[in-house]
Amino acid sequence: MNRISLTMLVVLLITAITAAAPGSGTIEGKVTYTGTPAKPKVIDMSKEPSCAKMHSTPATTANAVTGPGNSLEYVVVYISAGATGETTAPASAVTFDQKGCEYLPHVVALQVGQELKITNSDQTSHNVHAIAKANREWNKSQTPGAAPITEKFDKEEFIPVKCNVHPWMHGYFAVLSTSHFVVTGSDGGYKLPNLPPGKYTVSAWQESYGTQTQEITIAAGETKTVNFVFQAKPY
Amino acid sequence: MGKIFAVVVVAIAIATAYFIVGHVYWMPEDISVHGHVIDEQIIETTAGAGILFLLGQFVLAAFVFLYGDSKGKRKLKAWPGGAKPLIWAAVVLIGIEILTLSFIGSKAWGAVYFSPVDPSALPIDVQAEQFAFYFRYPGPDGRFGGTHPELIDEGSQNYFGLDPANDVAARDDIVVASLTIPVNKPVLLTLHSKDVGHSFYVRELRIQQDFVPGIMIPIHFTATKTGKYEIVCTQLCGLGHYNMKAYLNVVSQDEFDQWLKGQSSGQ
Amino acid sequence: MDQASTQKVVPHHEPPHSFIRKYIFSLDHKVIGKQYLGLGLVAAFVGMALSWAMRIHLGWPDASIPLLSKLSSNGAPGGVITPEYYLSLMTMHGTIMAFFVLTAAPLSGFGNYFLPIQVGAEDMAFPRMNMSSFWITFLGFILAAATFVIPDGPPISGWTAYPPLSAVGPDAGPGQGWGQNLWGLSIACFTIASLLGALNFLATTLDMRTKGMTLSRLPLSVWGWFITAALGLLAFAVLLPCALLLMLDRLAGTSFYIPGGLVLSDKLQPHTGGSPLLFQHLFWFFGHPEVYLIILPAFGIIGHVLPTFIRKPLIGGWRVLTACMVLIAFLSLVVWGHHMFVSGMSPYSAMLFSVPTMFITIPSIIAMLIWIFSLYGADIRFSTPSLFSLGFLSLFVSGGIGGFFLAQPSIDSYLHATYFVVGHFHFTMGMSAVFAIFAGFYYWFPKMTGRLMNETLGKVHFWFSFIGMYGIFMPMHFLGFAGHVRRYSALVDDYLIPLIPTQRFISIVALIVGAAQLVFFFNFIWSYYKGKKAADNPWEATTLEWDTASPPPFDNFGGRHLTVYHGPMEYNVEGSKGDYVMQTSPEPIGEKT
Repeated sequence: MNRISLTMLVVLLITAITAAAPGSGTIEGKVTYTGTPAKPKVIDMSKEPSCAKMHSTPATTANAVTGPGNSLEYVVVYISAGATGETTAPASAVTFDQKGCEYLPHVVALQVGQELKITNSDQTSHNVHAIAKANREWNKSQTPGAAPITEKFDKEEFIPVKCNVHPWMHGYFAVLSTSHFVVTGSDGGYKLPNLPPGKYTVSAWQESYGTQTQEITIAAGETKTVNFVFQAKPY
Repeated sequence: MGKIFAVVVVAIAIATAYFIVGHVYWMPEDISVHGHVIDEQIIETTAGAGILFLLGQFVLAAFVFLYGDSKGKRKLKAWPGGAKPLIWAAVVLIGIEILTLSFIGSKAWGAVYFSPVDPSALPIDVQAEQFAFYFRYPGPDGRFGGTHPELIDEGSQNYFGLDPANDVAARDDIVVASLTIPVNKPVLLTLHSKDVGHSFYVRELRIQQDFVPGIMIPIHFTATKTGKYEIVCTQLCGLGHYNMKAYLNVVSQDEFDQWLKGQSSGQ
Repeated sequence: MDQASTQKVVPHHEPPHSFIRKYIFSLDHKVIGKQYLGLGLVAAFVGMALSWAMRIHLGWPDASIPLLSKLSSNGAPGGVITPEYYLSLMTMHGTIMAFFVLTAAPLSGFGNYFLPIQVGAEDMAFPRMNMSSFWITFLGFILAAATFVIPDGPPISGWTAYPPLSAVGPDAGPGQGWGQNLWGLSIACFTIASLLGALNFLATTLDMRTKGMTLSRLPLSVWGWFITAALGLLAFAVLLPCALLLMLDRLAGTSFYIPGGLVLSDKLQPHTGGSPLLFQHLFWFFGHPEVYLIILPAFGIIGHVLPTFIRKPLIGGWRVLTACMVLIAFLSLVVWGHHMFVSGMSPYSAMLFSVPTMFITIPSIIAMLIWIFSLYGADIRFSTPSLFSLGFLSLFVSGGIGGFFLAQPSIDSYLHATYFVVGHFHFTMGMSAVFAIFAGFYYWFPKMTGRLMNETLGKVHFWFSFIGMYGIFMPMHFLGFAGHVRRYSALVDDYLIPLIPTQRFISIVALIVGAAQLVFFFNFIWSYYKGKKAADNPWEATTLEWDTASPPPFDNFGGRHLTVYHGPMEYNVEGSKGDYVMQTSPEPIGEKT
């Protein structure tokens, strides 16, 4: 090996050792589907003209949002077992907006005890109905321009949310007890960093296709790939 | 004081009559085949009731004006004939009015509820729910799929609880949030509710019919004019009642056929 | 039983001595009557305040009413009324006004106070039952008021509480949990109290009249209360099971009113086999007579007050007007389906209900003609009670006319559930009946308190109310013709936008009229303590209450047992000395009874 390559190798090694925080590993991967998913249906918002006109192309249903390479969006990937120690909820709030009579994001993930801030950016009243079973079920109206609704949840649960006024509006609050979670984007990819070495169960939850789990052990500084493949349903 | 009262009553009566006779606020144009019978009945009733209204207020005002406090100076009189002529007047006049209006009224009511459904009527299944209307067309196979309340999933727009995985007839059903119908063609709506009581009201069609949970209620009509009209809910159904509406689009037969084809192929 | 005294039982209870027995748990019908009137006034203020909040919100949906955010931070965050809170306000406005004001005040308030006196009795037939009636009604009001302080708020299903919305519980919306339960209990209390009260009225009228007080000499106010009590027994007896079945569906898992397969809040409801129409039939079987329970005492009060101020008997004497009231009461039991023309009941039944509905117009119009044509050749004294009586006549003509339209099913197809209906029932109940209540207040205040109410303030109250109320509710008929749907918390539909200015006009007038009612409240309270002292018979009237002190002593007549010689309308009788002859005056005059 010549001197330049050796220098580069040393630099690389030093970078790799110092960049990774002491003992932290990463689990990453991609969530995809096989089979034929149902075609997203167009949402007719004609009963709410102030929202309908905000969509130059009509909004579509979001219960199985797919992307290139058979990717699945809005999948909540999280550590369901193996993460030890209580983690207190972050002080920052997670936001959930109602815009164009849609929930943005469609699925919001937050930690038990973390504040959820709900805003209404539309010109119509909405009514946020959290259909919780383990947590307290609640139902609050929000007129246009009203102050944000702030709520907290104290138990882990995937809570369906609907708007009582606009039946097509559906979303989820994914309330998790772990601090290691992420929601997949349009490429279906996810990354769970800062994991101490150990044995973990990774879960992936998709609202229509259910939950899948895989177990994995990671050592200090290791990055491992865990992919999930869901069976799509045509209807 | 009595004279002021009389003047005020007359002024109020005339102002009211002006607003009604002048149609300052009035019904929108009738676009249905049966509507004109109802409109005629409303006009007859307005005339008859209006005359009674004006007479009542004017006579009251006249008597109050004329027979105010004379501090004992005027000799009192009784209405000649006593109660008998008044009773007869009420019985005869109102009796005639009742018979007339009932006769005309039964024709108008019959036009909506007792006229037979045209066998070629376009069948559309209408579901009312908190807080929107959804309309289902049978699709090219001409059959409606079965509905299953336990399968209802609004997030994926399965409002009717269809089971396309197992029910072939349900696969081509067209579910939309606006009611599109061809002009001058009989339409048969079957109304049912997913949750609580609602009502179907289109002012221009002169039709109002409640949705009763547990019952499927048919109504039929023919629209005579193209245009965009509002279907609004009139039965208190919860917090979103004020925001529960759908548009009725009456279009030409060609436009309707094209629209229907577009909906089917989009599935 | 008709021609002689029928005072079979004299309930002789000793005058009370303790504060509690005198003013709180009193057996004295006069105290109970005042308690009912007091409750009616408080309820009227609450009901009115609710309507102010509703009207402000309808005109200006973004308006902030800071007081409301303190009452309910969920219902009015930042003081801005949410859609569900508007419906809560509307539900309790209707419930409180229809029951605790309009049914309680003219019937249980004035009736309890004056019926025993007007028939010459010392008290009601059953004083203890009377006392329980009031306190059960009071409990009902507390339960209704309690709906405002529970976390989820009052129910949102309207005073009509149609199931399944009212029956399935919190899945149907906010307020549909404990709010609806408390509402049901409140109604149950009111119903039981009313049934007991009705028994008292009937027994007292039939069995406790003093010597010479034949049925033909009863004042029309007594006839009004008597007929109302009889009708009330039949009607309220159906409301009780109607409400009970609703509570069972809500709490005991029954399905009287709830069919299977309903999905609310994404949950399949665990009921099957019931019918929402059953509730509607039961409710309106009560609900239609209820509106006549409200107006018949008003008819009685007007029939009683008017002759005093026109110094003439009514045409046809007591017979015609009483026959009209009896016929109205009877017909009111067979017309309930006119609230259900588009409900999904058989279209054939529409004609069955429409014809008797239109027939009720006949006795109503006869009564109106009697009153109006009695003014012919009269000598009308324009004091405040008389102005309110005359105002009643104009208002009831206007209100009744709306009924003509709604009685016809095909017209009702267009006007049902629009502001036309809201205008119609506010004219007949919210205006006519209220004017009769005001006429009663101004007329009987001197007798109950020994002082006169201020005439100038009374006339101010009258004019603002009369013109103002026309300005609020007549435009609602116009809105109805335009198809403006009722019970909307906001006006967002395309066809409603142009009607917003009219709604704003109505709201402004409503707030002005509301302020005018404060003039009445002030006049009432001020005159109670500082009003000019009244003579025993300031209006120169003929009936028994004017033949005793103001206020009457504990046993009503100070130990006297009155004998009645004449009917109640002996004004300007031929051959009599003065321009009126009291019922208890032995002065002989040629009369037919």
